[in-house]
Amino acid sequence: MKNYDWLQHVRGESLFLDDLTPPEGTLHAAVFSSPIAHGKIISFNLEEAKNSEGVIEVLTAKDIPGENQIGAIIPDEKLLADDIVDFRGQPVAIVIAKDNFSAHQAVKKIKIELEEFSAITDPREAFQKGQLIIPPQIFSLGDVDSVWKNCDVIVEGTAESGGQEHVYLETQGSLAFPVEGGGIKIISSTQSPTAVQRAAARILNLPMNKVEVDVLRLGGGFGGKEDQATAWASMTALAAFKLKLPVKLILNRQEDMRMTGKRHPYSSDFKIGLTKEGKILAYEVYFYQNAGAAADLSTAILDRTLFHCTNSYFIPNVKATAYCCKTNLPPNTAFRGFGGPQGMFVIESAIYKAAEKLRVDASVIQENNLLNEGDEFPYGQKSKYCMARPAWQKAVEKFNLAEMKNEVELFNQKNKLIKKGAALMPICFGISFTNTMLNQASALVHVYTDGSIGISTAAIEMGQGVNMKLRQVASEIFSIDSSKVKIETTNTTRAANTSATAASSGADLNGKAVEIACKNILDRLTMSAQQELKTNETDKIELKNEIIYLNGKPTEFTWNVLVQKTYAKRISLSSQAHYATPNIYFDKAKAKGEPFAYHVYGTAIIHVTVDCLRGTYEIDSVKVVHDFGKSMNPTIDRSQAEGAIMQGIGWMTIEEVIYTKEGKLLTDSMSTYKVPDVYFTPKEIQVDFLENLNPSAAIFNSKAIGEPPLMYGIGIYFALWNAIKAFKPSNEIKISAPMTNEKLLMMLYVYS
Amino acid sequence: MELPINFILNQKTVEANLHPAATVLDYIRKHQHLTGTKEGCREGDCGACTILVGSLIEDGVQYKNVNSCLMPLGQAEHKHIVTIEGLNCSQLSPIQQAFVDEGGTQCGFCTPGFIVSLTSYLLANDNYNIDDAIDSIAGNVCRCTGHTTIKRAVKKIIDSIASKTELTGDKISSLISLEILPTYFAEIPTRLKTIRKAKPSQEYEQKSDFIVAGGTDLFVQKEDELRKSKIKFYFNDNSRDKVWIEGNQCFIDAKAAISDFGNSDVIQKYLPEIKKYIRLFGSLPIRNRATIGGNIINASPIGDMTCILLALNAALHLEKDKSTRQVQLKDFYKGYKSLDKSIDEILTKISFELPKQNTLFNFEKVSRRIHLDIASVNTAMQLKIDNGIITHVNISAGGVAPIPLYLTEMRKSLLGKKINSSTISEALQSALSEVNPITDVRGSADYKKLLLRQLLLAHFHKFSPQLIEEELTL
Repeated sequence: MKNYDWLQHVRGESLFLDDLTPPEGTLHAAVFSSPIAHGKIISFNLEEAKNSEGVIEVLTAKDIPGENQIGAIIPDEKLLADDIVDFRGQPVAIVIAKDNFSAHQAVKKIKIELEEFSAITDPREAFQKGQLIIPPQIFSLGDVDSVWKNCDVIVEGTAESGGQEHVYLETQGSLAFPVEGGGIKIISSTQSPTAVQRAAARILNLPMNKVEVDVLRLGGGFGGKEDQATAWASMTALAAFKLKLPVKLILNRQEDMRMTGKRHPYSSDFKIGLTKEGKILAYEVYFYQNAGAAADLSTAILDRTLFHCTNSYFIPNVKATAYCCKTNLPPNTAFRGFGGPQGMFVIESAIYKAAEKLRVDASVIQENNLLNEGDEFPYGQKSKYCMARPAWQKAVEKFNLAEMKNEVELFNQKNKLIKKGAALMPICFGISFTNTMLNQASALVHVYTDGSIGISTAAIEMGQGVNMKLRQVASEIFSIDSSKVKIETTNTTRAANTSATAASSGADLNGKAVEIACKNILDRLTMSAQQELKTNETDKIELKNEIIYLNGKPTEFTWNVLVQKTYAKRISLSSQAHYATPNIYFDKAKAKGEPFAYHVYGTAIIHVTVDCLRGTYEIDSVKVVHDFGKSMNPTIDRSQAEGAIMQGIGWMTIEEVIYTKEGKLLTDSMSTYKVPDVYFTPKEIQVDFLENLNPSAAIFNSKAIGEPPLMYGIGIYFALWNAIKAFKPSNEIKISAPMTNEKLLMMLYVYS
Repeated sequence: MELPINFILNQKTVEANLHPAATVLDYIRKHQHLTGTKEGCREGDCGACTILVGSLIEDGVQYKNVNSCLMPLGQAEHKHIVTIEGLNCSQLSPIQQAFVDEGGTQCGFCTPGFIVSLTSYLLANDNYNIDDAIDSIAGNVCRCTGHTTIKRAVKKIIDSIASKTELTGDKISSLISLEILPTYFAEIPTRLKTIRKAKPSQEYEQKSDFIVAGGTDLFVQKEDELRKSKIKFYFNDNSRDKVWIEGNQCFIDAKAAISDFGNSDVIQKYLPEIKKYIRLFGSLPIRNRATIGGNIINASPIGDMTCILLALNAALHLEKDKSTRQVQLKDFYKGYKSLDKSIDEILTKISFELPKQNTLFNFEKVSRRIHLDIASVNTAMQLKIDNGIITHVNISAGGVAPIPLYLTEMRKSLLGKKINSSTISEALQSALSEVNPITDVRGSADYKKLLLRQLLLAHFHKFSPQLIEEELTL
């Protein structure tokens, strides 16, 4: 089924924040930010900027009527720095001018005097200096300490994984304007309207009901607009509130890259113990998360690293410790996978190192230790409807792994300077916000008298197709054409107290809420039809393809007629519904519980070819068997899976976030930070649907698709690892993602 | 410095009275409220702002895809500027339909750029193949789909269009009949001629702060400054022949765009793999705008065109008050961004001696991402071997010195020598002795040195794979 949004996208008719016709007299804001990574503000001089052409006002922290605070989980982040600056790019002042150009010209005229402090950019250094945002978090299962002695092989090592810039094509932005009664309306490019509403209300010292947030659609989010759209929205709200005029702020690409956080870089130490048959007995791991200068969502991300530290494997004895390290970088934030990928990268690294020592193919250890039904995760939940082995088995058979391995071997024997490498990557990803409270959503469904439908939910459309899936839910329940259904903007006055559209849960939670609301209305329509048709209790009324059926026979009542008749009877054609995921809980103190509604499984096989003369590589193929549950929309879901895989591959290969030791971002533009382009795409990509029915899955037995496939991308690192080994078997791999061309060439020739 | 700029925007004849350095992107979004064209990066690296630019050439209009964020409005004069809105017909075009069918769009922000680029591809070529069609969208980045569904859409488009009989006649009318273009395109050539006649270009002031050719680097680095300065354009996309032969010399108009160079029959004859190399130079929209002269004068130590021209041992023709002087490209760079050129001299032509038969040529480039990226190191080599003896050689290297480097010592080390592993080893040592890379965002100094060594080896590997694989210790 096609996505209606796409019909507009291809014509350039879909509107994004910066495309909306702004209210008359809209002013434009630009942000002045800290030029150093750590220091104390001694003084500002705003005069020259204020007198600059076209400038209306320059606002600083002292202009904030409420509390200068935007921290969502921990209140540790000011909207505008007023004393200490903690990272380069930290907002300090807002210039408001008649146009964007004048605002930016004036930003350059702001003078600031600072006392510079030494900056920390490395999480291990932060840890040594006691700079932890929260106390260490520990997950454990069994008792690692007592089993090391039973292990035939113990391998220890360090693994680094880098940051990742979101590069949503639409940069961060917001438009705010005053409304009557001293309130503010904000149109924001956010994944979390309620977070924006709450922060803006706090900044302006207003009750939440005086701050309305509206979101049409996002030009990509990937987690980057979950918490980090809040600052820009709050700034426009502040300016509009102070100036009583509409104010728009759109970051340009370099500002966006310099001022916003990214995927967390991690540095990790692991120790893994196995039997000589390759059964993992114990795994101990320490994660040093580079959180940046404020908590943002780092603590929740840290949790998910722990939840996924054993990936798709059952390990009876686990001790995983995670440190949330405060550094002088922009606060790192949510990015598709939310800490899960960082945890999985380390266990895969440990397995590869162990395989070297055991002189077996890593896939042997991987397969040996895959989860079985009923196996316990380190957080106490047991795997149910476990698809780890079925997915692995299907991938091995369907893609003929044995033959593929043979081909690689033959190729490598024949070619001296070009080597191929292959790797398998199983995944297991838990679905639900790990903060149980957030697993709720609401929907407001209106059936209008002409039979058309309008639906409001908490879901934000950002390309993932959630609006189409919600349309499908209504269309399915009412048995009407999906073109009759419109998904409205996401608005805090229609969906209150919303959770962010995040954790892959948008369609799951909001879909269920829509289902309940539609069923409420359907019940009333059925009752109304019974009255119209004067039926008995035993008669069966059904809606099928916009016709009312009585005992399996079509009546003269159509959907439209029934709707009108029901309205005439003064029966409500609207319903508001709330959904909360049942049976989930998590005891943070014990680090045990049933945090996930279900898990998503799958296995990827990735092939690469490395040019060992030039130190470059190509991706030959990515072949995946993925557990979609029962896919609601295979076109959307396949595209989600493929897009996520490429983002995962990008993270592991060409995408490199580079800061100097002084906290200056060097990769601050799309000419220096490279995301996968059309040529970098694998020559072949296949995604096979492992359909299965899991009663605890989400709407219509579908499974969340946004994040899980990203982690297949991790496999490319190990495919490259195997190709390097084919060129120089003696090479000791220094585990450090991404595997850029530079690292690859150095590994081929220097580190051996 | 405002002057009336007359052109056709989609279906409408317009006169813009703005500074000529205002970008076409800002004009179409902010002044014309055509919001289908998006701003994604403002440096030609994402393609969200891609538009079509049609130029009158002889009797017809030649269309190219261009990054509107880097195109000054002044250069829109007498052109047909087409945005996604100007391509929409009442029904979805086969290009748009293929994107919908294959799910080649998710958030939709980048999508109009892809549609425009593919339409441009169909307009600009006579024979279609998937390979070239993909290259036409190599400057468009989609962060959501990872391009796999887009590639399927492209395949579908090419498969369905390539066989169409409608394509035999006039290109524009064929594409109109296939509903790829709206009907108004048919009248554009006549309308453009009328405008050109009725509203001839006005001369900008003689004195200027900036001379703008393609502007693909100037508008990234100095947009704010340009908007406040007097500028003069030095660009020509109204003629076809910008590369020609005189005697044993090949001449290139300094105003030729990189794509003009790559498409030239002359160049393709003497550098048979030029199409392959040129795909590594920016993206098609950049190559459609960036000029050969601009690449030379910009003096980037990592310029791809200079790298090629150095290995061709090219000469530059500089003009000042109607008098000309010639300087070898290898002697032109005096230091980082410092040139053997006075401020009022203008580079008009570039020439190089046509290579003799059996002269080998190879270009190598490695960057963080293979396509649409700036090199970590690039190098080109021209080599002639007679009876096993190196009789002619020119080698260039970029990214390893403050200037685009001509490897003099390496050349000395090779000339007159027998081609064998010890000659190559010695030559590599000479090369590494004359370079001095720095650590920057494109790689560490150590990496660049190693990479240069590998890429120089790659030249020899290209000419004689066995020699490298069997004799040399790598």
